[in-house]
Amino acid sequence: MILYEFVSYDLLRVIWWVLLGVLLIGFALTDGFDMGVGALLPFVGRTDVERRVVINTVGPVWEGNQVWFILGGGAIFAAWPPLYAVSFSGFYLAMFTVLAALILRPVAFKYRSKRDSATWRSAWDWALFIGGAVPALVFGVAVGNVLQGVPFELTPDLFSRYEGSFYGKFLGLLNPFALLTGLVSLTMLITHGAAWLSLKSEGAVAARARRYGTVTGLLTIAGYVLAGLWLALGIEGYAIVGEVITDGPSNPLYSEVARSASWLVSYAERPWIAVAPVMGLAGMVMAVRGLRAGREVSTLLWSKMGIFGAISGVGLTMFPFILPSSIDPRSSLTVWDSSSSHQTLFTMLVVTAIFMPLILMYTAWVYKVLWGKVTEDDVAGPGHSY
Amino acid sequence: MDLDIVELSRLQFAMTAMFHFLFVPLTLGLSILVAIMETVYVMTARPIWRQMTKFWGTLFGINFALGVATGITMEFQFGMNWSYYSHYVGDVFGAPLAIEGLMAFFLEATFVGLFFFGWDKLSRVQHLMVAWLVAIGSNFSALWILIANGWMQNPVGAEFNPDTMRMEMTSFFEVVFNEVAQAKFVHTVSAGYVTASVFVLGVSAWYLLKGRHTALARRSITVAAAFGLASALSVVVLGDESGYSTSHTQKMKLAAVEGMWETHHAPAPFTLVGIPDVEARETHYAVEIPWVMGLIGTRSLTQEIPGINDLVDEAEGRIESGIIAYDALMTIRETRGATPPEVRATFEANSDNLGFAFLLLRYMEDPREATPEQIAMTAQDTIPGVLPLFWAFRIMVGLGFGFIAVMAYFFWRSSFRQQSYPRWALRLAVLIIPAPWIAAELGWFVAEYGRQPWTVDGVLPTALSVSHLSVQDLLLTIAGFMIFYSALFVIEMGLMLKYIRRGPTEDVEETETWEARHEHRLRTHDGQGPFAPAE
Repeated sequence: MILYEFVSYDLLRVIWWVLLGVLLIGFALTDGFDMGVGALLPFVGRTDVERRVVINTVGPVWEGNQVWFILGGGAIFAAWPPLYAVSFSGFYLAMFTVLAALILRPVAFKYRSKRDSATWRSAWDWALFIGGAVPALVFGVAVGNVLQGVPFELTPDLFSRYEGSFYGKFLGLLNPFALLTGLVSLTMLITHGAAWLSLKSEGAVAARARRYGTVTGLLTIAGYVLAGLWLALGIEGYAIVGEVITDGPSNPLYSEVARSASWLVSYAERPWIAVAPVMGLAGMVMAVRGLRAGREVSTLLWSKMGIFGAISGVGLTMFPFILPSSIDPRSSLTVWDSSSSHQTLFTMLVVTAIFMPLILMYTAWVYKVLWGKVTEDDVAGPGHSY
Repeated sequence: MDLDIVELSRLQFAMTAMFHFLFVPLTLGLSILVAIMETVYVMTARPIWRQMTKFWGTLFGINFALGVATGITMEFQFGMNWSYYSHYVGDVFGAPLAIEGLMAFFLEATFVGLFFFGWDKLSRVQHLMVAWLVAIGSNFSALWILIANGWMQNPVGAEFNPDTMRMEMTSFFEVVFNEVAQAKFVHTVSAGYVTASVFVLGVSAWYLLKGRHTALARRSITVAAAFGLASALSVVVLGDESGYSTSHTQKMKLAAVEGMWETHHAPAPFTLVGIPDVEARETHYAVEIPWVMGLIGTRSLTQEIPGINDLVDEAEGRIESGIIAYDALMTIRETRGATPPEVRATFEANSDNLGFAFLLLRYMEDPREATPEQIAMTAQDTIPGVLPLFWAFRIMVGLGFGFIAVMAYFFWRSSFRQQSYPRWALRLAVLIIPAPWIAAELGWFVAEYGRQPWTVDGVLPTALSVSHLSVQDLLLTIAGFMIFYSALFVIEMGLMLKYIRRGPTEDVEETETWEARHEHRLRTHDGQGPFAPAE
């Protein structure tokens, strides 16, 4: 197959960098509200019926939404193998925590309402809370660490080694900046969940969701601004030294990297990327206003724009870096040196170009079928819901 | 490298993968059985078939939840615990995993919600379509996972790139149409269909024994026996296809499974039972059937199947060639950009054996320092554990033939004996419910344990594939998975049994009034025909 030569290697790398962003953002936009709803569940639902309403607003869709995450994992494996290898083993215990939380979720959704006991149901409600809040927090913590650089180095065989003892490695992730980004991620997704509940539920549940969402939304705005200032003033960035080869072999050790004064240098080089954080902030502000005014569809869309801006902002700020190394900058993974081969990137692009539109089409159809509010009446009958 | 890390990582992977596969086969088969039942419902409009769809659908849902939950672990565990593996083969192995997500998992996960929530939101035909999309999605999932696994068994369509220190894809077509993958796919999904058929048969038999829900149980047995018989035959035929492909792709695995120490003159006999003795290098008390092995393995009477001892000698040669490749690789690395062409040529000529040089890394830092004794010793490492493979394989095959017999019997009774089943047969059907799971787990054991000491056959040793982790990391996650998975298993079994005991709850009245109105017509159709005409 010489077909792949038609799209140049560096262009494919950029396309796959964008697609990586699309998948992560797709995950945050869809499964994000499932996690937010899970984290809100014990608070916005006071009675069993109310909680069932809350659960049933996401019941039919969370499973499909979660595939964005699974596919994100698969796509990183296929398109960015070094990133998959380095990050998942480096964040080992954090990943395990996320896994445990995410495993709880499908089981909790399916099993909660299969027994009548109040203890049984309450236990699963808290499982859903953990399944929503913990991953939302950990993903944010991970982003905070990636921005600061992760303590790994690559051997000449490209085996990745991590600095630090067992506890040190895990606790090292929980540094102040990363905790702040973790909180921003958590409150942002809770706000997103509140926007979803305000659209899909009514009465007391929706009112409570709007109230909690307003508070978390304001916290998100404050945290986001604070994290931005911290990033600008207190955190060093990374830069490729010397000639940047964009279509060379995927070996991170082939390029030199040094620390730079700040990531903010990117904004001097590419001023247009400021659009992303502005979108992020504007989306969050408008979402809070929408929640207070009781608007439904537009609030959810503003919240989506906020998330889109926040995540793409991180990616654009770091470009071309994907995972910088704090102890051996040369080992840092960038768009230009940690992708799959030319042929694999091309093949995967063809497959994605065929299936992604189909996925979007049938997902849209499912949401259309399920359009409308979930009421107490719906879940009261011996229906087919959770 | 630290052997404790390797062993613990293997333990964790084996544990989580085998646990995951407790739920997968039932998902594969039950999704199709449920879709078949709903098809009958849509064609005949008879409520009993809707009741069946919903009842088996509920059990499908309980099982599906854990299949999805434990599957998440699988998708991320490669990166977490097998970091060097992920780097080394991600360019090839990652693609089918990602395609599985795009093509299959999205489909089944998006529509499974609608299957449970959409009864009153969709038309009958739309809902039926949703049921089939879930079934197709599940089965496509298996296809891509087995393409990925097939590549680990028979790594075609890829070559080593010294610049990136990894395997890179040269032909996507070869990876997808890998003969090992295709045979494995049909073998595995058929095994899933058998599992679901045995499950439906067993649960229905239990209802008949108790005299409950007999209308549902009889119809379910009819569907399960027909589907199960076809699938059980397919499992064995495709198992044979797998055996045939193994004879030229993974000779060592085949020889180990057969406990075949010496190369036998063609056609080789099949050892029915025996006790393979690794120390003495022979199989004691062997009961042999002449010619059969030669026929299965080579489909000829003249081709030889190499024995373990000859394969070890071959491995020794490949290690020596691998050391030459390793040496050239080091030169290529040092002289990057200015490598003399003859070094490149030496590397290309020996690069297929590079993985064999990596086997030496267990004992030394630099394979080039290996003594002939060390090479001979390392060649012995290429023999997987013969005794467990020998028996695991035989139990699996025995069970496979057993399923054919059971399914054939029930098919005969349902088709030609007015669906009357003797009590002993019903009891047997209940008793064998766990058997297909045992067979499936043993099958994976043979496939994966039989590939040792490699993660990718002949390319990457298991000992080299791990992540840079500490023993504490692994002990913590292994303990975590054990506690967590055990609790989930207990909960799952509890719910499964609860819902089986409760039986179908919906539409009973509707079913009865419908049947009462159509009593006359039902009688003329024997009351049992699955395709009574629609209203």
